[in-house]
Amino acid sequence: MIELISADRCVTCDRCIEACPTNVFDRGVDGVPVIARQADCQTCFMCEAYCPTDALFVAPTVAPLPAGDPLRDEEHLVATGLLGSYRAGIGWGHGRTPGSRLAVGPDITPPA
Amino acid sequence: MIDILDLTADVLVAGGGPAGAWAALKAAQAGADVILVDKGYTGTSGATASAGTGVWYVEPQAREAAMASREHLNGHLSDRRWMARVLDQTYANIHELATTGRYPFPILADGSELRRGVQGPEYMRRMRAWLKRGGVRVLDHSPALELLTDPTGAVAGVAGHRRQLDQPYRVRAGAVVLATGGCAFLSRALGCDVNTGDGALFAAEVGATLSGMEFSNAYAIAPEFSSVTKTAYYNYATFYREDGTVLEGAASQSGRSVIARALLNERVFARLDLADDTVRAAMRRGQPNFFLPFDRMRIDPFEDRFPITLLLEGTVRGTGGVRVVDDDCSTGVPGLYVAGDVATRELICGGFTGGGSHNSAWAMSSGTWAGTAAARHAAALGTTARRRRPVSAGQAGLRPTGVVSGDHREVVRAVQAETHPYLKNYLRRGDRLDQALATLDELWADTRAHLHGSPVEARQAAAMVAHARWMYTAALARTESRGMHKRLDHPGTDPSRRHRLLVGGLDELWTAADPVRPHTPLDLAVAS
Repeated sequence: MIELISADRCVTCDRCIEACPTNVFDRGVDGVPVIARQADCQTCFMCEAYCPTDALFVAPTVAPLPAGDPLRDEEHLVATGLLGSYRAGIGWGHGRTPGSRLAVGPDITPPA
Repeated sequence: MIDILDLTADVLVAGGGPAGAWAALKAAQAGADVILVDKGYTGTSGATASAGTGVWYVEPQAREAAMASREHLNGHLSDRRWMARVLDQTYANIHELATTGRYPFPILADGSELRRGVQGPEYMRRMRAWLKRGGVRVLDHSPALELLTDPTGAVAGVAGHRRQLDQPYRVRAGAVVLATGGCAFLSRALGCDVNTGDGALFAAEVGATLSGMEFSNAYAIAPEFSSVTKTAYYNYATFYREDGTVLEGAASQSGRSVIARALLNERVFARLDLADDTVRAAMRRGQPNFFLPFDRMRIDPFEDRFPITLLLEGTVRGTGGVRVVDDDCSTGVPGLYVAGDVATRELICGGFTGGGSHNSAWAMSSGTWAGTAAARHAAALGTTARRRRPVSAGQAGLRPTGVVSGDHREVVRAVQAETHPYLKNYLRRGDRLDQALATLDELWADTRAHLHGSPVEARQAAAMVAHARWMYTAALARTESRGMHKRLDHPGTDPSRRHRLLVGGLDELWTAADPVRPHTPLDLAVAS
């Protein structure tokens, strides 16, 4: 589920509020989005993909994480390279090659 | 309450996944003024956007084999004529996506493009941009809630709600394409939580029929803690018990019920230990999001055993849906067309879909036909379409017949308790289906009479109850095992039941054998 919005990185562009398919965010008073309906988050990672400044982090768990979990800690996420890793993985962002250009997957024919 | 937003269009498309996007695009290309309304955001909504999918893109010389390879698995309920036209249409659409749509496919060593799959985020981002270029008006976060009809019963538009503005809207239109997806009962399967079966309920309320609803028990493999389903990659997995011994018979294909049975009593673990280094690298390139749960939880899926679960994909991957009555994806209700997972996919998949490639091919093909036909229908009506007096068709969840009580969350919990459990929906048996259906019938009566509140959530809850009742009514009527529908009390396939099964109704449900026999080589053999 969505666990982090970095106020330092956020440029208040509203892209996540727009792009979230289950309408999880509201606009905060300072323009920085707030996680208003975390229980509606379907852990689809799309907000991360659409954030131009890698200000969001979606933990891969479908239940909320406890306070103090490292995956809610911006410093930890930056140090481990996890913040922004999905956007990098699909090759979105200036100067990157779209991941779809490289997406030659494995043979997934079921074994005979 | 803010005043209602009142709009008109030639064609209204409900749903902005691949089927809705293609429908809107093709309607606009045919000259129609098009509005697309999406529950979420066109570009991220639906089962495709957050995933990656194969595409049933087959060179002409390989098509015969491609069609034949699926017929046994699907219970011989698919139709060669439909398969052939979907293969043709998909081939054309993918070419258009690569050229006009500017989708960046991988380029192979010989300079050709590999066009057998798409990455969801890129595909749907390109579709959105293409829709905008084509003049389609997109209303995001604006779920349709019901159809509008004219006094003759023809579909004349939709009414819905703009969630972020808390504003009701109405669009009067000459024709409507429903592309709202299947129903996964809010299981958290990747990207599926917007797919609550809304369109099937809308269609049934104006008299459309459903088909193949017994083929609604698809479950996908995901890490236990996660939403990320990519069952095909588990072809490279070995499955284990907690003590590290191999779970015999468990497999991604033809062994998933072994996993379901084990999960009733114990945890099940997987390790992708059949993947060599080449495959490992290809998996990461092919679908980066598959690795998000692992990378973020510090799990090496090739070396570590990790716990797995099975998440319900219902009629998203199951093949049931609104019956398609003609080549143009019409429904028998004037002005109403269906595309993608809201429509039955039996025409090309019969009673089983393994991977996503047929589903994506169906979405773009049915979207093309439905959008084109809707534009033609609206053009034939001309300006009379806008003079019609629309009547609201929505019932359960919107217009309770009794005293308002209860809460949509309770209804959702109750319907999930009858649809998610493997013992009820996956490992099907008559007595358990009977009991679940009785509970659902009561839940429906209660919902119909009393549920009201937040319009979007109440309507979703009602749609899920309706969906579950059609599923189990059809599952009880098909007293055999065929395709993905396996009955423990009827394990064999009955040759006299090689027909599709229709189900319909809202309060009183009915089933009927579909007399149209699918056109397959079996029939040709009998004929000669």
